[in-house]
Amino acid sequence: MADLVKFTINGQELEAPAGMLLIEAAKQNGIEIPSFCYYEGYSLQAACRMCLVEVERMPKMQVACTLPVSAGMVVRTETDQVNAARKSTLEFLLTNHPLDCPVCDKGGECELQDMVFRYGAGESRYTETKIHVDEQQWSPVVFYDAPRCILCFRCVRACDEGMGVSALGVINRGAMSLIAPNKGDHLECDECGQCIDICPVGALTSGAYRYQTRPWEMEHVGTICTHCSDGCKTTLGVRNDEIVRGNNRDRSGVNGEFLCIKGRYGFDFSEHADRLQSPMIRVNGKLEEVSWSKALETISKKFAEVKAKGGKFGVIGSNQTTNEENYYLQKFARQGLGTNNIDHHRTGDVVTLVDALSGTTGRLAKSVDFYEGKAVLVIGADLAVEHPFLAFQIRANFRHHEAHVYAVTAETVREDLVATRSVRAIRGEELSALEGLREALAAEKDLVIVFGDSIKGDKVRSLVEYGQSLGIPVSYCALVDYSNSRGAIDMGLVPELNPGFHASNVAGATIDELLAANDLAALWVIGSNPLEKAKVAASKAFVVVQDLFLTETAQRADVVLPSASAYEKNGTVTNGCGEVQRLKRASATMGTKTDLEIIGLIAKEMGLAALMGPWLPETVYAEIRKNVKGYDIPLPLVTIGAQQTAPVNGRVGVDSRPDLIRSSHDNLFTSGTLGRYSTVLNSVIEGRQSR
Amino acid sequence: MTFSPELEARFEKFLAKYPADRKRSAVIPMLVYAQDETEAITQELIEEVAKRCGVTQLQVDEVVGFYSMLHKKPQGKFHVQICTNISCLLVGGAELWEQACKKTGIGHKQNSADGRISLEEVECIGACSWAPAVQVNYDFYHFVTPGQLDKLLDGLAAGKKPEEITDVKKVSC
Ligand code: SF4
Ligand code: SF4
Ligand code: SF4
Ligand code: FES
Ligand code: FES
Repeated sequence: MADLVKFTINGQELEAPAGMLLIEAAKQNGIEIPSFCYYEGYSLQAACRMCLVEVERMPKMQVACTLPVSAGMVVRTETDQVNAARKSTLEFLLTNHPLDCPVCDKGGECELQDMVFRYGAGESRYTETKIHVDEQQWSPVVFYDAPRCILCFRCVRACDEGMGVSALGVINRGAMSLIAPNKGDHLECDECGQCIDICPVGALTSGAYRYQTRPWEMEHVGTICTHCSDGCKTTLGVRNDEIVRGNNRDRSGVNGEFLCIKGRYGFDFSEHADRLQSPMIRVNGKLEEVSWSKALETISKKFAEVKAKGGKFGVIGSNQTTNEENYYLQKFARQGLGTNNIDHHRTGDVVTLVDALSGTTGRLAKSVDFYEGKAVLVIGADLAVEHPFLAFQIRANFRHHEAHVYAVTAETVREDLVATRSVRAIRGEELSALEGLREALAAEKDLVIVFGDSIKGDKVRSLVEYGQSLGIPVSYCALVDYSNSRGAIDMGLVPELNPGFHASNVAGATIDELLAANDLAALWVIGSNPLEKAKVAASKAFVVVQDLFLTETAQRADVVLPSASAYEKNGTVTNGCGEVQRLKRASATMGTKTDLEIIGLIAKEMGLAALMGPWLPETVYAEIRKNVKGYDIPLPLVTIGAQQTAPVNGRVGVDSRPDLIRSSHDNLFTSGTLGRYSTVLNSVIEGRQSR
Repeated sequence: MTFSPELEARFEKFLAKYPADRKRSAVIPMLVYAQDETEAITQELIEEVAKRCGVTQLQVDEVVGFYSMLHKKPQGKFHVQICTNISCLLVGGAELWEQACKKTGIGHKQNSADGRISLEEVECIGACSWAPAVQVNYDFYHFVTPGQLDKLLDGLAAGKKPEEITDVKKVSC
């Protein structure tokens, strides 16, 4: 850390590291210097002049957003001159401002409104006609209202530096300046909405939220994005039980204010018109709506019958249900139904990684390591497209800390833009390219290695061997697909493992084996769509499906139960880095129940309630804490922020079945079956192009 | 897109002049010289410069919109720029401007029907010491009087080149 220097602001003697920007040094000491164009983490612009302050021995007022503090500096931020400057700046910003606050999305949480409220410029001397530019729609996501724009260029920097997309620019000059999209009249970009989020005024607005509500009419529910495994916290704005907005302005969670299109706008599947709202039973070949009690009775009777006859059960769990639901489900399958035929769609080889790292601690990378690590090696993954948040972390790490980035991938990837070295290698052959990087990597202080599903089984072991041979601290991340893919493994939704990576040592069938088994008597599928591209071989099998939609799998079911989405339940999920976070219920869909409750109700109906215990997320979590290695984390801690689990417990000692590990390689605009029901993901042209 | 061999050679020189990761520095000079050859900055030219300098088209567009001497519409063969900024204003610049408009029948950033002359009212062209100043393409005229402006415009309209209008002295730069 740089040496501390002493300086004064408004007569107060203060200290800050030499070279720190005055605006930051002031903030750190509780003194606010107003700003528009300055934005922590992005390049300096000094465009708005809102941050002018007096500095002794400097002839004119100075912009605090670009001035580094130095020893003996004497600053005044509340003098008449400074106040007059602020007022003039605001009067100037308002000259061409439409002042349509009553209908502006930003009204009530607008930085310009707040500044004018505080610093004045209630009267305008400007009497000319204002320049009007019509509102433009650049994509289903992004709208631009030029007259409201104060030309702070935050959006341009957020897209350029933050996203690495560079889709926005400034055209013309002076009073005629406008923000412009990369394709002339429209945008082709990540559609992440970062630009909208960072806009201090209502110049950039989103298709999802515009004209939906006044901000103060919403409740804000902090929960975790249900799409990819990066585990971003998203704060859902809810009005009348309807989710109208997603953002994370309070910067809590692993992701700060980052969200990709899926976390920011992809909540809309939850309110899709096709949501199932009533249980259904197959009568004469057709699914017909029935009451919950009738459906539960039918299931429990059939399950009891199969169990009594010693028939073959199959249970397929989800990549998106909570840890509590997964734990409860495997407990019910193993102890209630007496079957070890339990599996889920496996998307990354965490099991072998945990095994290969046995005997070490602290070798599993955390989300923050992608931002703080000195070097990152990306193997066989298109991070910017498949794991947008991790990619964002790496770009920020490069900008802020000059991190060294290495990419070993089949195709060009966005990480190349910031990479020290990029190597192209055929998918599956990436490891052979590593020897060429040995010297460079061994010279790093530390390293994070992140790899996709082309590295599995023995390749993971070779990779760990390679990493450990570098002689520097290395941490690893095995990428998985969805919001709780990691939790599915941790909770033992595979035949070979009980919760906590304990070998089950009991025979059990995998998904592929279950679907192919002619003697399958009952198949129970929770939040998964295995029949999208496969069939159940056993034509007589009794199939129960819990889902949000009538998926291909649900269409084959004998009983369909409408379940609540991730945004409609409480519980915990574990992201790809093994960090546990809390889901909070934001809204509800009539007629649905959470998977936890459904499992509990089936158990109760079968007379197994005592065995299973109550279906309350907190109770089940308490049981997880006791039984699942690494999960002994008090819930209040998880509530405050992500907590990494520490599953490493010696050798795992099972075959991770690399043959079953297949990532779906969902991109920015797809999200498994769920993605099909998101209007926004299907409406953007990039989504259509990438499909 | 292809350019004349001379221009290609010039481009090569620009690109060689800047470090490999700063090729974007060549955007402005490339545009300035290319627009003389292509008469205006076309979409095709923007794409070409973007490609050669390793920046996005939007980034080139930002530059084109910002600098007033870069133009997307073709100008007259002789682009007459009259300064009406403070120094020139004080000694008759605004009157010269009005005189030019009246005489040619065209206005700011407009071209004469025969394409020989275009007019532009410009901000300070750095010739304050010799105000009022007028610029035609890359040449300057100092201490311009209404009479001289008349002769200059008459000559250009009659098809003469600036150097053929000998009674109005130009200063090359
Ligand atoms: S939506 Fe995202 S990628 Fe698109 S312009 Fe805005 S910041 Fe850039
Ligand atoms: S659109 Fe918003 S963020 Fe972008 S320059 Fe204008 S005011 Fe700033
Ligand atoms: S990066 Fe992943 S977790 Fe984060 S918002 Fe996007 S889809 Fe959701
Ligand atoms: S915040 Fe300093 S000039 Fe904008
Ligand atoms: S003001 Fe006309 S040349 Fe400077």
